[in-house]
Order: sequence, then structure tokens, then C-alpha cells
Amino acid sequence: MRKLALSDEILMKIEKPARYIGNELNSVVKDTSQIRFAMCFPDVYEIGMSHLGIQILYDMFNRREDTWCERVYSPWPDLHKIMKEQKIPLFGLESQEPIKDFDFIGITLQYEMCYTNILQILDLAQIPLLSKERSDQDPIVMGGGPCAYNPEPVADFFDCFYIGEGETQYDAFLNLYKEMRASGEYTRSRFLHEAAKIEGIYVPSLYHVSYKEDGTIAAFTPVYEDIPSVIKKQVVTDMTPAVYPEKPVVPFIKATQDRVVLEIQRGCIRGCRFCQAGMIYRPNREKNVERLKELAHTMLDATGHEEISLSSLSSSDYSELDELITFLLDECEKKKVNISLPSLRIDAFSLDIMKKVQDIKKSSLTFAPEAGSQRLRNVINKGLTKENILNGSEQAFKGGWNKVKLYFMLGLPTETEEDMCAIPELANEIAALYYETVPKEERNGKCQITISTSFFVPKPFTPFQWAQMFDPDEYLARAKIVNDHVKEQLNHKSIRYNWHEADVTVLEGVLARGDRRIAKAILYVYEHGGFFDAWSEYFDFDLWKEAFHACGIDMDFYTKRPRSEDEIFPWDFIDAGVTKDFLLREWKTAMTETVTPNCRMRCSGCGARKYEGGVCFEDKN
Amino acid sequence: MKIRIKFRKWGVMKFIGHLDMMRYFQKAIRRANIDIRYSEGYSPHQIMSFAAPLGVGITSDGEYFDIEVNETLSSKEALERLNRTMVDGVEAVSYVKLPDNAKTAMSLVAAADYRLSYKEGFKSPYTKSQWQEIIRKYFLEPDSFNIIKKTKKSEREIDLKPLVYALEVEGDDENPSFFLQVSTGSTDNIKPELALSSVYEKCGLSYDENAIQIHRLEVYAREDNKLVALDAMGEEI
Repeated sequence: MRKLALSDEILMKIEKPARYIGNELNSVVKDTSQIRFAMCFPDVYEIGMSHLGIQILYDMFNRREDTWCERVYSPWPDLHKIMKEQKIPLFGLESQEPIKDFDFIGITLQYEMCYTNILQILDLAQIPLLSKERSDQDPIVMGGGPCAYNPEPVADFFDCFYIGEGETQYDAFLNLYKEMRASGEYTRSRFLHEAAKIEGIYVPSLYHVSYKEDGTIAAFTPVYEDIPSVIKKQVVTDMTPAVYPEKPVVPFIKATQDRVVLEIQRGCIRGCRFCQAGMIYRPNREKNVERLKELAHTMLDATGHEEISLSSLSSSDYSELDELITFLLDECEKKKVNISLPSLRIDAFSLDIMKKVQDIKKSSLTFAPEAGSQRLRNVINKGLTKENILNGSEQAFKGGWNKVKLYFMLGLPTETEEDMCAIPELANEIAALYYETVPKEERNGKCQITISTSFFVPKPFTPFQWAQMFDPDEYLARAKIVNDHVKEQLNHKSIRYNWHEADVTVLEGVLARGDRRIAKAILYVYEHGGFFDAWSEYFDFDLWKEAFHACGIDMDFYTKRPRSEDEIFPWDFIDAGVTKDFLLREWKTAMTETVTPNCRMRCSGCGARKYEGGVCFEDKN
Repeated sequence: MKIRIKFRKWGVMKFIGHLDMMRYFQKAIRRANIDIRYSEGYSPHQIMSFAAPLGVGITSDGEYFDIEVNETLSSKEALERLNRTMVDGVEAVSYVKLPDNAKTAMSLVAAADYRLSYKEGFKSPYTKSQWQEIIRKYFLEPDSFNIIKKTKKSEREIDLKPLVYALEVEGDDENPSFFLQVSTGSTDNIKPELALSSVYEKCGLSYDENAIQIHRLEVYAREDNKLVALDAMGEEI
């Protein structure tokens, strides 16, 4: 049996030692003469283990005979402290060997608030934090995932980024590495220069950014002529035959996602103007239903999980949902497997399914209108109407439900006090509908309407990438308007209201649309003890403000400043499929409060059609 | 139909706690396609109960849990199927059918055997013969062996002698280990390290829990005043 990197004494002292011992069912152990790849999710084990993308890449890499991919997660602060004190290098879970001796460290960037954890990983691994300080002996540090669509704030920490879906170019990338190693040609700089020629690979050190006097970007240019000036997002054209982990790793401790996850499609046809995922994963591509049935079966058998869940941005839009769910209901009944239903549109069909799979008394209906008024919903292109919500609620109330959850955003472009007040008013109408619909003797207590609001953060590659943000106080003032108005509603006793923190929102805003100059501040925060920012108990906004101040960075430049139509954004060098023209058109259409139809109704010429697959070519064989 | 399963747990698996081992076996039973019975209701769960929780850090050759099944395979085939998808460090070693009126393993547990040995890198302060002498003098010969047992709520003095059924020194002279048989279960649950650390204290040594690997060997029920291994109460099928 493998020797663990941590002593018994340490493992007995820290929280949840199972996070660090590996050995999980379906984890892969190979001999060490391979290309060694550390796949890292920079957050705690239970979060990282729940991430589908990592499982896909882990499976894909390990299918290669010449590659051994292992997993790495952020050590929790209790272990972090011990590793720092005793100078224990960070290790891969499978081999328990230091990742500083690996060939690659791949870090997935799923949310901005994990940026300091990237530095924690590198620091504990005993690898220089800055790309320019690494030598030929250090691993190549690469990034990927949704935040890599604006990699600039963390560009200094990475040697390269993979832009888009991993399934397409990693083979070419690893083959290049292997060849250069075998021929003795390899140096870090030669390899990165060659890698930069592979479609989808971005090597930040090979691009030069110059700035105008006002602080915006003047030019973004490659330093060599033989590397592309635009990096093309990678897309899997046909999802059906794409690699998928048939034997996912099964953690010993309960991960956030302790179930089989079935990815039914990638992308979304809806085009909500605030939603980055809806834009960067275009075009919408479905997986064949027969393949999904097969996968469901195989994965349940290989894991023994007692639950299966569907993964997609909008499951109701999957064209063969009916057939898939009928199959799953039948299969899961036999196997006593629970089905967890993701964001389904509430209608007769979904209510019928929900009745079969969950306890109505305990479960609640979820709507995400995102904005309170129809006017603002038109601005954000969220098709859900008040009628949809009220009809769905009425059917659900008749079916026995009495809990409704509503999700909204505050701080959306053009938002007025009227839009804010429309949120509690909608909740009140739903509550009133309950008391009208359900006779007193059939009621199971009061109905419970829960409103949750988050604050809107504009993201790159969305029509709202031009939008302005506000100060934390302004966000909180908006939440207060909602809260006060809740209290004025007739049915206020049936309504509860929760809102998010405003400080995190502003920081997320800076990191999301930041440029290369931000890296200094991230480094400052980490070097002054800040990390695990995604965890409210560790998030220290004062430290961040101090860091920006010390580095001479004005947060307002990134958040509150109006951006002109012709401004060069830090992420403009990426071709994400959707064109800047389309995004700008959508931004302007938003201002006219006009809805753009979804991809199945009418093509709006976003640019993703060039990937030659998915919804753009449905019924056009 | 009631089934009792015995398993071993070693190596890195000692860091997986009791509740996570339960979760592990719930999934293992599904993978093996064992026709286990489920409770009724919206979220049916497997009818499964463990005998005696094992603390984190302890390895074992004698862990038990009971399940109910609708129909059963032969013992041999059930074990084969279970072990086909086991992780390194867990192995199912027996699968027996219990009489229909059998009580749960948990309610029957009366005693357990343990071996306590020095981990790699730690040396015993005494040789085997010196330990034998110490244990004879401090534990075996006196009429009682009183210690203070601390729990979260209280401290009380108890006599360990009637609760420690065996305390012997094993191994070789340079590398001794200890065999203990102690009362286990809901009434008088004695942790083996409590007995050993008390002996340490009596001879003026400080007990380092990091130096000692605790290994459970077997768990027993009491039948007609005799200790019976839990899987001896059922039959192979």
C-alpha cells in the first residue's frame, strides 16, 4: 500500500483526513514513468470533487497510456498551517508525491473568488508564484474553465491557458510535450512558444499589452509573428460520442455532489443577457438520449450512488427530456435510486414528475425570474413571464405544494425603484394566489414564499459586459428597498427575504473584468494571509481594499466606470464564438427593453454557428 | 432474511470514519447487486446496521454489519461480488445467514479483542519480559485496578479489572505488542488504549497515542456465558 504524504500524527489532528489520502473507488493509479499531470480545483475537497469538468478531464487524460492524471484540492487552513510550518510539499492524491515534480499542474478556474487559492496551491507545492520566475525544472502551470475567458487578472501566475472545452486539443498539447521531451529539445520557453501555435492555447507571456493614458487598453499584440493574435475557443462539435467518465471517482466523505451527474447537453438556447455560461458555451449541443440511457446505467453500476441528477443550463429545453425522464423513473424505481431534478420549467409535465420523485410536503418550487418587473425581464432577456409563474404556482398549489422559492438579481442595468418593488409585489401575488386556490380546510399551514436576491456582476462575453456597477452601500440600499417593501405587503407573513453580501459582489466585479494589472493585488492579498475568499468566514474585504490601495489600483475603474462601445477589453483577444458585434447589438436591444427570441425560434446571428454543430444545424441535415 | 457481513479494514482506510464506512458499504452493496431490503417512504434507505463503531485511526480484522435481504446469493458469490469493487484496504471476509429471530449485532456486542503495537519509528520503553513483569505486578496480581474514567460530562472512578478480560504481552523481546480483550458495547465500553495508558501511568511513563497502532481483531457476543464471534452466530449459505 502507498505511503501517505502526511504522517498519522498530522492526519489524526486535522479535520476530515479523508480529504488527503486518495484511494477512492475508481481513482486511477499508474506507474510513475508517465507524463504526470496534477488536475487541481482550487477549493476544498468536497467542492472540488463535485465538479463534473474535472471528472471528465481526469478520465480523458487517464485513458492515455502515457499520462497519469492525479487530483489536487486546496488543503483546508488547518492543514495549510501545518504544511507551511513543516515545509511539506503539496502532493497528488493518487501517488501522494509532490506535484512540484510533475510535468503539468492544471488549475480550473470556476469562480473569481478562488484566485487567491491558486497562489496557495503554488505556494504549498513549492513552485514560484509568478510564471516568469519558474525554471525548466518546474512544472508547466496551466489554467482553464469559465474564468479563463478573462484570464488576464491571473495571467502572471500561469504559463498558459486552455480556452474552451478540454476534449479537443489536449492530445495535441500533450503529444507536443512528449515529442519535445523525447528529442531533448524541451525548454520551458521553447515548449510554450510551440504550444502557443495550438488552437485554443494562450501563453500570456507571449503577448504584450499597452495602455492608453486613461488606463484602458491601447493594443494587445503577440510578441512573435508565428503565433495567433486571436485565441479560438475550443468546442466539442458532437457531444454524443464525446468522452465521459463512465466510472467516476466515488469519494469516501460526502461531497457536495454525492451523485451520478448526467450531462444532457452543453450550452443554452435562451440568451439571457447577464449569463456568461449561456454565451460562452454556445452553440447549444444535445447528447443523444440513447447514449444518456446507457451512461446512466453504466455510471450507477460503477459507483453504487443512490442518486442521479441531470446537468445542463436549462434542462427543460432538452428535446428528448420526456423520454429520458420516463426511462430514468423506471430504471431508478427498480434500483431505488433517487432522481434529483435540476432547474426545470414549472409546468404540468414537470409537476407530474416532481410528484413522483419527491415529498411534496418537504419540497419547494423554484422560479428564477431574475428581475421583478416585466420591463426589466425584457431588458435581461429572461423569457419567464408573470403568467408563467402564476400558472405554474397555481397548478403546484392544487397539487399540494405550499413552498415557493424565487431568485432575483439586484443592480441590473436600467433598474429602477419600481423594478425593485415589483419583487415583493410578485411574491405577494403568489401568496394571495395560494389563499385563493387552496380552500382553508385543505391548507397545510401558511404558504412560504422565499425571495433571494444576489447582486448582479457583469461578466466578459455577455451583452452586459459594458454595464456599470455600484458601491457596496448602493447595493445594500437596494436590498433595503426590497426588504422594506416586503413588510408593506398584505401577505408579508408568508414572505421571507434573504440577500447576499455586497462587498464580495464588488470584488468579484473587479476580478471578472480586470486586466493584468490586478495580479499584483491578488498576490498582495495572498502574501498577507488572505485565501479561501469564497468562504465568508475567511473573506476579508478590508485586506483586499488595502491591497488595491497599496498597488495603486482604483477598484472603481473596473466596476463603476462607463465603458465606451469601442473600448478594447482585456478579453477581446479571445474568439468565444459569439462576436463582439452581436454582444453590442444585444446590449443596445436590451436598452430598448426588447426580447431576442431563443435559438430554436430564430437565429440571431451570434457567431457560434461557425462551430458547425448543435442547435444551429438542427433539422438542417 | 437477515445476513451478517464481516469485513477487514487496513492501511489508509483507517482514516475513514464510521459514518463514511456505512456510506461506503451502502454503495458497495448496490454495486454488488445484493438484493437488500429498503425502508418505505419517499427516500427509502437500506436496512443495514453496524455492530460496533470503530474510531478513526484504528484498523480491524473483525468489523461487522447486518443487513436484510429479499433473496440471497451463496456466501461465496456474495463475497466475490462485494470484493470485485472494493478499494484497497477493505475486504469482506464472511457473509452468513442469521436465524430470523436474531437480534442486531449492535445490541449483542459484549467484548472485543485488540492488538496494540508500536508504529514504525516508535520504540517500546521496555522489552517484552519487562512489560510482562510490569503487567503482572500492576495489573494481574492486585485485586483491583482503579482508574479515573473521564467522559464529556463527568469523571468517575472505575475498576478496570473486571472489564479487561485479557491483557497479555506478545511479539518479540525487542518489539513487544499487547493483546487485550475488553468489555465492549452499550453498558461497559472500554477502549483498549485506556487500559494500556493506565498501565503506562502506573509505572510513571507518559502514553503517546501517536506511537501506538490499535488493531481490532474480533468482536464477540455473549451466549450462555461464553464469548462467541459475531459471525459464528449464523451459517454459511
